[in-house]
Amino acid sequence: MNAPEPGFSAPVHWHWREDATSRVPYRTYTDEALYKEELERIFYKGHWCYVGLAAEIPQAGDFKRTFIGERQVIMVRDNDGAINVVENHCAHRGVAFCQQNFGKAKEFVCPYHQWNYDLKGNLIGLPFRRGVRQDGKINGGMPADFKLEDHSLTKLKVAEKNGVVFASFDHEVEDFDSYLGEIRPWFERAFDGRGLTILGYSRQRIPGNWKLMQENIKDPYHPGLLHTWFITFGLWRADQRSQMVMDAHGRHAAMISRKNEGGAGEVTKGVTSFKADMALQDDRVLDVVPEAWWKGPSACMQTIFPSLIIQHNVNSISTRQIIPQGPDAFDFVWTHFGFEDDTPEMTRRRLRQANLFGPAGFVSADDGEVIELSQVGFNQHPDYQTITELGGREVGNTDHMVTETLIRGMYGYYRKVMGL
Amino acid sequence: MSDAKSSAVSVELRLRVEDLYGQYIACLDEARFDEWPDFFTEVCIYKVMPRENYDRKLQLATMAAESRGMLIDRVYGMQNTLFHQPYYQRHIVSGLFVRGLEQAEGAQRILTQANYAVFRTKQNALSEVFNVGRYIDTIVEDEGRLRFAEKWCVFDSELIPNSMIYPI
Repeated sequence: MNAPEPGFSAPVHWHWREDATSRVPYRTYTDEALYKEELERIFYKGHWCYVGLAAEIPQAGDFKRTFIGERQVIMVRDNDGAINVVENHCAHRGVAFCQQNFGKAKEFVCPYHQWNYDLKGNLIGLPFRRGVRQDGKINGGMPADFKLEDHSLTKLKVAEKNGVVFASFDHEVEDFDSYLGEIRPWFERAFDGRGLTILGYSRQRIPGNWKLMQENIKDPYHPGLLHTWFITFGLWRADQRSQMVMDAHGRHAAMISRKNEGGAGEVTKGVTSFKADMALQDDRVLDVVPEAWWKGPSACMQTIFPSLIIQHNVNSISTRQIIPQGPDAFDFVWTHFGFEDDTPEMTRRRLRQANLFGPAGFVSADDGEVIELSQVGFNQHPDYQTITELGGREVGNTDHMVTETLIRGMYGYYRKVMGL
Repeated sequence: MSDAKSSAVSVELRLRVEDLYGQYIACLDEARFDEWPDFFTEVCIYKVMPRENYDRKLQLATMAAESRGMLIDRVYGMQNTLFHQPYYQRHIVSGLFVRGLEQAEGAQRILTQANYAVFRTKQNALSEVFNVGRYIDTIVEDEGRLRFAEKWCVFDSELIPNSMIYPI
């Protein structure tokens, strides 16, 4: 590993192995000080975080409030049509002035003292700046050297990539295409520039460390075991053709696979969750119709470190945003969408298949449940470590899913960034 | 809200509607999930939906079904395929009223609304408020009993505390 960056020194009993990431110390998921450092080094510096889809704010003045790490930000379209991201934090007294998740504004006005900002975040005025005239004299006012331009809202660097919007508090962050690196073709497969339509939102709070959700979508080992629905209907089985791909840093990944026919077979032997006799009363929920943009694979689950999962699974597509809430919880916000050229039938299909995903989803609700139970275990034994050795201890892309390589890849990058 | 029409609802019908809600929540709270689909007509709409989606006319639902068959599939899925921590549910329904009556294809449809609160109690844990919202329903006479032709559970709760396994 590289030499640790100064600032956070881990006690030796954390047991990171010298040169491997096949064991993760439980404290990585429980330590409050480490979590605060993650916010600084990962969410607020050097990385791009997801804020939304451009289709959520189609018109000038449309805005969306969301979070990067624990900081509230506003994604807003200005009168030039550009998307800006500013912090929801008045320069005067720190007030989180915006209290709607979605809305339309001509300007932002803080309710406390009516400091007002344009849609690019510039401070354009404040009451009593030149004082108040009373009995022939001017009372108060801001000092003569007070400059509006010195007190804008915090403006984030913004990258809009084919309708998906990312932002960073760090203006030195690398450009977005190079940030995506080798994952870019998979990102552009889902988002090729077509117009998107928003189908709706799901929001859940999962009582587990935020990294566990990144791990969950870097873990092709579990779907064929935990998610009985997948196995039975052939949407995900350990023997289907698949690829595990990472960027050069190991921080982003894509799990790409093609569904097979399902039912019993060699790979379902010994899988106790497999139910051969299961049949749907109404199988419209699994009326899968291949789409041209898939170019083959029926599923591609992407993890864009640190805050985004892009779900393509058959006809259901969504972004899933990770918003950390302390070391032992995160909010998980799902935005289901379709494409502007979808037929009404395709929209209905996407909505039906949404029953598989989200907080009540047949193959998603249980992810939150097991993440919660992992966190219970971590809290019981802070000095223990996980075992992440399926497929070996090294890191590399694979052409199968019997591996935890993507998780090892992420922790290789994580250790470098955190200086662990 | 059509006052003129709702005033035509007999006291007896109102009591039957009230009874339907009592039986519905007892079925869920006593975890008799196999009986739950029978509260719905063969072709029906069942949606559990965040209020933000409902208010903004976004169609995504947290749970959605369009037939009694899909409700049976939901019960099968949650009981036999979805790993979850077991929990009790306790529904409190209040403020039930008849929004109006409709005639559709010669049959009367009773439009209702009610508030609900669902408490969740996990093993070894304190009871907690799990989900609060309102039912926006359509009830019909079907095979000699009242059934839901539509049940929309529109919840205020901004965050689902981890997962939602059982129906509301």
